[in-house]
Amino acid sequence: MPSTLADRLFSAVVRLVAALTGLLLLTPTLVVLVVSFTGGSSLKFPPPSWSIRWYVELFASAEIIDPALFSLKLALLATLVSTTLGTAAALGIARSRGWPARLLDALFMSPMVLPAMAFSLSLLVVLNALGLRLSLGTLVVGHAIICVPYVIRMVGAAVQQLDPALAKCSFGLGASHFYTLRRITLPLISRGIIASGLVAFLSSFDNVPVSLFLADARTEVLPIKLWAILEGSLDVRVAAVSGVVVVATLVGLIVVERIAGFGPGLRSR
Amino acid sequence: MTKSKSGTLRDLLPALPLAALFLVGFVLPLTVLGALSFFQSPEFTELGFDQYRRFADDGLAFSILADTLLIGAEVATLSLCLAYPLGLVYLAAGPRLRTILTFLIMLPLLTSTVVRTFAWIVILGREGIVNSIMQALGIWDQPARLIYTWGGLILALTQIQLPLMALPLINSLIRLDPTLPKAAEGLGASRVRVFFTVILPLTRPGAVAGWLLVFAAASTAFITQSLIGGGRIILMPLYIYQQAVGEQAWPFAAALSLIFTAAVIAVVVAVDRLGKDRTAARTARLKAEAAPAASADAGIAAMVSLKPEQADIGRPNA
Repeated sequence: MPSTLADRLFSAVVRLVAALTGLLLLTPTLVVLVVSFTGGSSLKFPPPSWSIRWYVELFASAEIIDPALFSLKLALLATLVSTTLGTAAALGIARSRGWPARLLDALFMSPMVLPAMAFSLSLLVVLNALGLRLSLGTLVVGHAIICVPYVIRMVGAAVQQLDPALAKCSFGLGASHFYTLRRITLPLISRGIIASGLVAFLSSFDNVPVSLFLADARTEVLPIKLWAILEGSLDVRVAAVSGVVVVATLVGLIVVERIAGFGPGLRSR
Repeated sequence: MTKSKSGTLRDLLPALPLAALFLVGFVLPLTVLGALSFFQSPEFTELGFDQYRRFADDGLAFSILADTLLIGAEVATLSLCLAYPLGLVYLAAGPRLRTILTFLIMLPLLTSTVVRTFAWIVILGREGIVNSIMQALGIWDQPARLIYTWGGLILALTQIQLPLMALPLINSLIRLDPTLPKAAEGLGASRVRVFFTVILPLTRPGAVAGWLLVFAAASTAFITQSLIGGGRIILMPLYIYQQAVGEQAWPFAAALSLIFTAAVIAVVVAVDRLGKDRTAARTARLKAEAAPAASADAGIAAMVSLKPEQADIGRPNA
């Protein structure tokens, strides 16, 4: 069927906007990577000359490396807590259909709707009221709670795809609940667990509001350190950190893709 | 399945540790925060509605709240206008282009917020890309102030949150029965008409879900708001932070937090309902197919559907 002028115009506009949108999505990441290799000492674009001096300087700056290592530790702990407890909870919720399950599901998902600033302030207020000191433990609890919705949703989705007949077969053949969990259920949802672990790790590593309220004066996390640097002066080392973070994320993603397959936890077995 | 009540509760046992953590680390703090907002600062002795009265009387606080909701709505609407063309191209694309588009859409999700915000400072700054290009072309004689402006903030937030819009929308578009637009075209409808009378109404659930995700994310995006706004644009998250940490006015910060939370949830629930009424049946069917969380609360269900949909967009390329 011959297309009219209006049809062709519509298609052209759609393609143009789509191309611009693609460009919009790509440009910032590209710009950061390019600028991080500047030989100059400002963020001028395009860079006047090229060098890796900012990467060299970055790895010599303990003031950035230390917060980065602390953020890694914190994110690992938060991921461990949220995926362990979250997976158990997702399994429990998936098995039960009543209103208590729905209530718990809504509760575990609610950190996603709540502005992080409000939640973080509330944690600080309650720690203060109870007279508890800020510590790594309180930080981990705050971060883990922020990560839980991803785990609940992604592991929950993996459990939903599980054929209930498999567990029934296992019971029928005389296996215990624990054996079935260990040998049947967990291996089958492991992709969902690993993928949700990655998302949980990224969101903890990236979290600012919780750390802003719950980190004591001596502990610094990476995003807040970078934020402080950016508020002061436009330091090119931040571009180098960004380059490292982008590359590390991509590598982590490829590794998880290799182990777990993509499409967080949903790709069929 | 027929189960006794005790059976149901026993099934929920594995959820107990997390429930305990949430009770101590989530429910209790928010309850205390709620209680705190009814104290008069700074003595913490007398109860009253002073904090809320202060908010009502304070024109500044009210306009900050309005600005915050407005920026969320503007960013979400702009994202919607950009995501539909992207989604239509994705729908028509072959597997190769789809892989590229998926990568492009996921890219902002995979870089940290500070990094993404930093990129926008590089682009919009005085010596930034936009200024360099415009000056090189001779269009501007001197650098324009792009950063620390409302428009700059909208642009940065849109790029940063766009994936949250594109993923559910593309998921809706893939699920659309491809014979429907074809039938409309065969019956002589123009492409514009097919889009507005067939595609748009049938993909409304995805559009609404994406709009809500972007709205909630953009209006609470503390880091981007404060860095790109640069202290010149004060929005709710920064205002709460200033009141809590700078002024040590905890009861007022607590009241602000609750008002802000209530406002965001009110918008989410209202818009979610709007999306449902028109296409209730279709939404229900999509949710049954797509979101395991269809039973959850309205607003939360919208938030949640992100993950399964992300999975779906990965699937064609897997």
